[in-house]
Amino acid sequence: MKYLRLVALIGILAIVLYPLLWMLSTSFKPDEEIVGGIGLLPKDPQPSNYIDGWNSLDVSFTRFFINSAVIAGVSVVFNCVSCLLTAYAFARLRFRARGLWFTLMIGTLLLPGHVLIVPHYILFKTFGWIDTPLPLVVPKLLATEAFFIFLMVQFMRGIPRDLDDAASIDGAGPYQIFWRIIVPLSKPALVTTAIFTFIWTWNDFFSQLVYLSGLDNITVPVALRNFLDSTGQSSLGPMFAMSVLSLLPVFAFFVAFQRMLVQGINTSGLKG
Amino acid sequence: MAAHRREGVAGYVFLSPWLLGLLGITAIPMVGSLVLSFTNYDLLSDWSELKWVGIHNYTRMFTDDPHYWHAVKVTLVFALVAVPLKLSASLAVALLLNKERRGTGLFRGLFYLPSLLGGSVALALVWRAMWAKEGAVNGFLALFGIEGQNWINEPDWALHTLVVLAIWQFGAPMVIFLAGLKQIPKELYEAAAVDGAANWRAFWHITLPGLSPVIFFNLVLETVHGFQGFTSAYVISGGTGGPIDSTLMYTLYLYKAGFGDYQMGYASAMAWVFLVAIAVITAVLFSTGKFWVHYGDQS
Repeated sequence: MKYLRLVALIGILAIVLYPLLWMLSTSFKPDEEIVGGIGLLPKDPQPSNYIDGWNSLDVSFTRFFINSAVIAGVSVVFNCVSCLLTAYAFARLRFRARGLWFTLMIGTLLLPGHVLIVPHYILFKTFGWIDTPLPLVVPKLLATEAFFIFLMVQFMRGIPRDLDDAASIDGAGPYQIFWRIIVPLSKPALVTTAIFTFIWTWNDFFSQLVYLSGLDNITVPVALRNFLDSTGQSSLGPMFAMSVLSLLPVFAFFVAFQRMLVQGINTSGLKG
Repeated sequence: MAAHRREGVAGYVFLSPWLLGLLGITAIPMVGSLVLSFTNYDLLSDWSELKWVGIHNYTRMFTDDPHYWHAVKVTLVFALVAVPLKLSASLAVALLLNKERRGTGLFRGLFYLPSLLGGSVALALVWRAMWAKEGAVNGFLALFGIEGQNWINEPDWALHTLVVLAIWQFGAPMVIFLAGLKQIPKELYEAAAVDGAANWRAFWHITLPGLSPVIFFNLVLETVHGFQGFTSAYVISGGTGGPIDSTLMYTLYLYKAGFGDYQMGYASAMAWVFLVAIAVITAVLFSTGKFWVHYGDQS
């Protein structure tokens, strides 16, 4: 029974990891070895796919990676700041119509982003923001991702109120309490928000595809899309190589923060 | 009293970015999209050529656009097949991992990895190559002397490659199931063991009811998520939704209508029907929840 369980787990692990390992190994294989190949060890590993892939478009992938990193980085900062402010209001302050606003916030949790893409596009077009990173990052400054507000509200509710009370006896107002107590103590929720915002923005395809088109402005996922147009076996190797590189930042976050990511899902999903 | 007022003002100060977003990024665009859905707006022509077309976009959608119904069907089939399978897989693996033993954390982490990577273009490209005629899947089948087909080019199979990709990402609901399993009191199982209850009876009478709030949470999340699948369908079909519309997910068709054919009025109408459909489905899930979701403090 004990061994049966272990065998099952290892079998599942093989299924889970195979596509990833296959991608990695294929990215080092020459064209003729790719066709129909299932092996995970390239006979003669070549880095040429990486060199070919990096320069496969008129603009090199250096630019796409910079674009992706800038958008993801700015999104992280904007999202953390705006969600922190909003969550503090909901979790700690008493003000008129708070219940109504909170219900509305929860209501937007399940609102699919695709529904608003047309009016957003028209709005940002009138601003002249199409083919710039602005439509992708500016909304993050307005706490449009209710999921993270909710996550932070849940976390802040766990911070003992005695701390606030003690501070307000010492004459601290809501702003000082926010800055001196809530922000430092919310660090775990902030880190979770930052990591998830980074990964989701990095992987995001839909809105980047809609807003970015100029070869100098596109991000890694939109650049990868171009491999769809080029048919034939010769582009398979470079495609795999660039796919591997595009997943590396997410993988690095996974390795560094694995425990925190798993906990982040739990606190957001289950409490409350 | 002064402190009270001060707090009331501070509340709105802190809330102001979000309120601005609610108004400018959510509420006004929603109304705008509703208005647009009654027009022929096409993005390219001047605003002065904008014509009010009444419910034409809606009647066209429901009576005169076979692609639309195909997209609805594809999306429903995808959600109805992928969500139950993904949830069953994640629950089964969570049960296997429930007991803390050495290596459990490692398995859990590695099983979670596809949930982080699976939604990306890169992985969808890999998936496309894996299920192609010369891909790895057929490579394995060849070991058994079976000659596989080009799965992503077969209308009967293309969508199922997407279902498999969704199931492969079972890690995220699994993590939530694991947390839920930890909340079920151990004493219940001990009492059942004293009574001589078999394992499957304990599963049926203790684990499933105890886990029902978490099952419900995962069901709502995965259903809403399943309806919105875009990236993998786009990549697998090369942006077309083909072969013969077989992977034309609703959001993909919406994208094609709005940004491929510039029929922004029509796309807005589709978006509103989508929004209402998601709201109705969520409401239905919540109303059935009353009958099968047990919260600990009630029993």
